[in-house]
Amino acid sequence: MLRSGLSLGMLAALTGCDITDRDEVQSVLTTVSTWNDRVQAFLFNPDRLARTYSESDVQRPWRYNGRDKAELAPVIDPDTYRLTLSGTVGRKEPWTVEQLYQLPQVSQITRHICVEGWSAIGKWTGCPLSEFLKRIDADLTATAVYFECVDGYTCSIDMPSALHPQTLMSFKVNDEILQPKYGFPLKVRIATKLGFKNPKLVTAIWVGNENRGGTWDDPRGRGTSSGYNWFSGI
Amino acid sequence: MVRLTHWLIAVSVFIMTGSGWRIYDWSPLIEGTHIPTTLTLGGNVAVSRLVHNEDGLAGALQWHFLGMWLLLGSFGLYLLYGLFSGYFRAMWVPIDRHALGHDLALAAKFRLSHSTGVRSSLQSLLYAVVSGAIVLTMLSGLAMWKPIQLDSLTMLLGGYEAARIIHFIGMLVIVGFVVLHLAAVALMAKCRLSASVVKDLARG
Repeated sequence: MLRSGLSLGMLAALTGCDITDRDEVQSVLTTVSTWNDRVQAFLFNPDRLARTYSESDVQRPWRYNGRDKAELAPVIDPDTYRLTLSGTVGRKEPWTVEQLYQLPQVSQITRHICVEGWSAIGKWTGCPLSEFLKRIDADLTATAVYFECVDGYTCSIDMPSALHPQTLMSFKVNDEILQPKYGFPLKVRIATKLGFKNPKLVTAIWVGNENRGGTWDDPRGRGTSSGYNWFSGI
Repeated sequence: MVRLTHWLIAVSVFIMTGSGWRIYDWSPLIEGTHIPTTLTLGGNVAVSRLVHNEDGLAGALQWHFLGMWLLLGSFGLYLLYGLFSGYFRAMWVPIDRHALGHDLALAAKFRLSHSTGVRSSLQSLLYAVVSGAIVLTMLSGLAMWKPIQLDSLTMLLGGYEAARIIHFIGMLVIVGFVVLHLAAVALMAKCRLSASVVKDLARG
């Protein structure tokens, strides 16, 4: 009885003083998160498609989600915008909005799942990222693709997810050209990952063999990143 | 082994509910409900804002996806041991309406006896229900974690949003069990304490 009483006391003490941010606890949590990255990469089947839905399932208007208010979303000028490319890419010339819009495009209706738990069905239109990576002569055997956004947000993904047929450089959501709050001119829609791994307002793409992490998720340790799981596949 | 797995499962359930409650608050299934942050696990929110530029969700997710392995391991070990050592068979008391009524009546009068290694019909029922709830909560959790890679599991449970509801109900059953279980333990402790006091008094 005494023993169980003590253990209960220990549990109660845990709630009182939160140990999450202690270095040794963070190191354990990060190790498990990195292990979870590996498990997820193993579970990821490059040929398995996300379920697609019909037009009537689409949620309109599309749900805005972001840290700041929608009105504060950066407005990119289409005339001066350039998508810059770096890393193991053969053709590094920057792309204008007009050039991007001339890429071959497909539409898909899939479920967007947020790390917060909610989900919503939307329709995205754009060019498969795999097609774009081939056109810029990127090294498809590299391990990572890294995105930079105009608001300073960064995000990186594994190459198998980048080459997934439902990973799109999307220019439209629900048949409308992206508004600034939805990421004009370019949002990378990755149906097989959580919402925060779908960067919007993208201005730069890098391809290479280094895991650079991102603003929300750094596999090298939480550090000053938010500490979400890096792979975040669904 | 049963004692070891009991405490490992207890710690896992504590981690999973504590962090799960924090995650729940970010997108409550029942609008307007909120679990006080002090009861949840996932780091100090102010520290998280300052250092990590996020409001305390990421820490909760870190715990949740660590607790997942601990629960899978400890509960899996418990089930395997219980099945193969004959422990479940030895402890099992058939659940029938008559015995349950009898147990409930005794429990209502706080007279349901308990001795280690002997179970009542009521206990059998409660352990079966909570074990089922843990299995269902784990399955629905998996379905929410990997709705594309484990598409058939998610669809079996009725889709992503249905899996969320099952996960939530499973949590309620588990928490309900823990509350009953702790109340019974506390009551037993009180009874034993007063029994020893009576004995001491009698001895003079």
